[in-house]
Amino acid sequence: MNALPQFTPADFASDQEVRWCPGCGDYSILKTVQRTLAQIGARPENTVCVSGIGCSSRFPYYVETYGYHTIHGRAPAIATGVKLANPALDVWIVTGDGDGLSIGGNHMLHLLRRNLDCQVLLFNNEIYGLTKGQYSPTSRSGTRSPSTPFGSVESPISPCGFALGSGARFIARGYDIAQAKLPDLLQRAYQHKGTSFVEIYTNCIVYNDGAFQNFAGKKAVPDALLWLEHGKPILFDKGAKGLRLNRNSLALEVVAVSDGNVEGLDILVHDETSKTMAQLLLDMPFGDFPIALGVIYCNPAPAFETAVIEQNTKAAAGKKRDLNALLRKGDTWSVEADAPPPDA
Amino acid sequence: MTIALVNKPAAERAAPEAVVMRFAGDSGDGIQLTGGQFTLSTALAGNDLATFPDFPAEIRAPQGTTFGVSAFQINFGSTSIDTAGDAPDVLMAMNPAALKVNLPALRLGGLIIADTGAFDERNLEKAGYKENPLEGAALAKYQVVPLDITRLTLEAVKPLGLGNRDALRCKAMWALGLTLWMFDRDRGPLIEYLKTKFGAKGDKLVEANIAALNAGHAYGETAEIGQQVRQLRVPPAEMPPGLYRTVTGGETIALGLVAGSQLAGLPLFLGSYPITPASPILHQLSKLKEYDVTTFQAEDEIAAICSAIGASYAGQLGVTSSSGPGIALKGEALGLAIISELPLVVVNCQRGGPSTGLPTKTEQSDLYQAVYGRNGDAPLVVLASRSPSDCFEVAMEAVRLAVQFMTPVMLLTDGYIANAAEPWRVPDMSAYQPFPTTFFDEVPAEGKINPYLRDPETLKRVWIKPGTAGLTHRIGGIEKSFSTGEISYEPANHQKMTDTRKAKIDGIANHIPEQEVSLGTASGKLAVVGWGSTFGPIQQGVRRARARGADVSHIHIRHLWPLPRNLGTLLRSYERVLVPEMNTGQLKTVLRDQFLIDAKPFNKVSGQPFMIAEIEAAIEQALA
Repeated sequence: MNALPQFTPADFASDQEVRWCPGCGDYSILKTVQRTLAQIGARPENTVCVSGIGCSSRFPYYVETYGYHTIHGRAPAIATGVKLANPALDVWIVTGDGDGLSIGGNHMLHLLRRNLDCQVLLFNNEIYGLTKGQYSPTSRSGTRSPSTPFGSVESPISPCGFALGSGARFIARGYDIAQAKLPDLLQRAYQHKGTSFVEIYTNCIVYNDGAFQNFAGKKAVPDALLWLEHGKPILFDKGAKGLRLNRNSLALEVVAVSDGNVEGLDILVHDETSKTMAQLLLDMPFGDFPIALGVIYCNPAPAFETAVIEQNTKAAAGKKRDLNALLRKGDTWSVEADAPPPDA
Repeated sequence: MTIALVNKPAAERAAPEAVVMRFAGDSGDGIQLTGGQFTLSTALAGNDLATFPDFPAEIRAPQGTTFGVSAFQINFGSTSIDTAGDAPDVLMAMNPAALKVNLPALRLGGLIIADTGAFDERNLEKAGYKENPLEGAALAKYQVVPLDITRLTLEAVKPLGLGNRDALRCKAMWALGLTLWMFDRDRGPLIEYLKTKFGAKGDKLVEANIAALNAGHAYGETAEIGQQVRQLRVPPAEMPPGLYRTVTGGETIALGLVAGSQLAGLPLFLGSYPITPASPILHQLSKLKEYDVTTFQAEDEIAAICSAIGASYAGQLGVTSSSGPGIALKGEALGLAIISELPLVVVNCQRGGPSTGLPTKTEQSDLYQAVYGRNGDAPLVVLASRSPSDCFEVAMEAVRLAVQFMTPVMLLTDGYIANAAEPWRVPDMSAYQPFPTTFFDEVPAEGKINPYLRDPETLKRVWIKPGTAGLTHRIGGIEKSFSTGEISYEPANHQKMTDTRKAKIDGIANHIPEQEVSLGTASGKLAVVGWGSTFGPIQQGVRRARARGADVSHIHIRHLWPLPRNLGTLLRSYERVLVPEMNTGQLKTVLRDQFLIDAKPFNKVSGQPFMIAEIEAAIEQALA
């Protein structure tokens, strides 16, 4: 990481007019990303933003880097080709709940299990915005929308739970206006080698306004959210509550903490390398429990493109590039110009 | 022309010009392997040849059934061979089902060598025979040589103490040994092959196979097989001097793509998803890492093409390979490659359709899909290869056009070309002109780069690699401004960009060879126009018709879109145009549309290639 950033956040802002609805949560994420790119010392020419289709996927047009706005759901596949072709590029995938988990769910699964080195920013607004408000795979049961006038009867998917199940090695969660915490998450995602999956709750002011107001924004209830920190006791509600494991049910439970004294309460200490703990934190039902935010899981493994290139290099080692020899491989025979046929 | 090799007095038994031989048995009998080995030995004997592997889609269909029959046909001779032959002269039937399925194709008077050991009650019943066809008059029109190949094989491998199952697996080798004797072939290369191929599985099995091969050969030499089977030698064909090897289309496509990417000076990236019959391309390229090749087996067809587009965007040559159903899935991404104006080679190894259709059978019914099959006005380049050896040059041409015009190119082959083998005169790479790629890296003195900056002559846009300082830009699937490359919904701009994309592809007609006449004259009574793997039967059909004095010529189109610029004039110089195709008339429609000519269709969609006789009959009818 460069100590002195060479580029300012303004250098990462393109001259294109941003066309999200006024008040859309995407604006604050855009600002945060531009700020983060400057902070981490990213170079515009080495940065590539790849997106699919949807409101969030317009993102690349607004960042002064290389950008490819592709087709619905396929950004992970395009990004895989980009990174395999040039591993020196820093690849950011920007997607949404519909793009990344509905039409593109299959690609997301395989991106995560392969562990391509890139950042995935999944803007989750729990609704289809660009197509005017239909329910999405993350919409809660009962969501009324133009396509579900009587309420959705489907169960929503948890993006981070999906990522964990797909084999992701870095999972973090934040929300659009968490301006104090989000830059740290993005920096951690950038530093992690492998696929860094970051779910960002985003308020859709037109079709799903207030979906996250319980924990994000002015109306947030203090005990509704929990920012995780590796190696620190899992406390929330300004330290008044903590989480511990019920050894009989093997589930988490909320414990009251008085005067910050955690002694003898068996409060869990967050271990971001523990997949089991990540699973427990992601399984907490919202309402009875707070929503877990921050770096939920980070347990690095070799990146896909590194493994591919290592294998290619090894397979090619000591072999000469000789097309004429390649074409003549195997059983060959000669027909001579002037000699009589072999059988004559 | 095929000449009988059986039952002729010695004096008449001059060396035949060509022989058509078909091996047939259970799909687990090793028929394809046997056919492949016989092909190698035929090639090494200097014959020209063409093969037709015909196997079921099931990996191991139930034993003894008609739908589990696998066959391999080879036509070889001392003259030029263009097809796998119409009617076999010799049928090696390893069980009753193989006889039942393949008998209708056999030439009247042809020779049947049948393994009587496999004609037991159970197998006869499975094949639907009420009585043994080898007994009685059912096969009176043919020459039948019943041999208990099962027993002879078991005896030959007995000393090695194999289990019954392994021992029976050597049957095909015994049959191959006998066949090698029939055509006076050297066993040496095959024994070498068996040692290298099966060495790892334990010496016993290799020894057993060699023992069976030798026993079959010795049987021909010593046994009294009667007057029917005699040793024959098909003299070598007169072929242009040079170094030869046998190749399948799967191999030559891979080699051509590698050669093309080397001529372009680009690393090659293949994104592919396994599908019959296109998978051999993925397999072949996976082995060639030292040629700057990266292969990626994607999670599906869409990811396969998208990864290739991503690689092209990043500055490599993106390639994807599939068959009809997979190409359908790639349609939307093809549109992205077209509007992004990135180079991309898409190999479509066609098979019978629609839907899953006939996965292992051949058809050329994806021409509409290739030329028209996308949303929006979405033109791209379409090429077709005519034979396994032709694939090499067509693949290089696909790379050249993709890179020089920043466009997707679809290369059409088919299941027949992918699997069939033929001798290939190996070219010298120094004969090909490199076409090095240039990436754009000039930072404009003022203002911003327009990624859609074009060459005024070819209209190709600049190729800027991400990583190039000062040229950051955004592209994507939304329409872009002609003059800035930014998003544009302007009505006039969309008109201009659509027209430009079309003009760029149309203009490629000025950068491809003019259409030549494959056989015959540049004008006359009848032109037979084909594309793809129908080359062989059309060429032979036209040759035979011409030999009888018919005024007919053969035109075979490699560049299907855009079409060669002289094609319209050329076709109009004939009184009639006949278009034989293994579809319901797709090129016929394109030709009518493009040139307003009365092209007449001649169609076959049975999953089997045209027979020469069928083309001959169609020519006769067209001239009547």
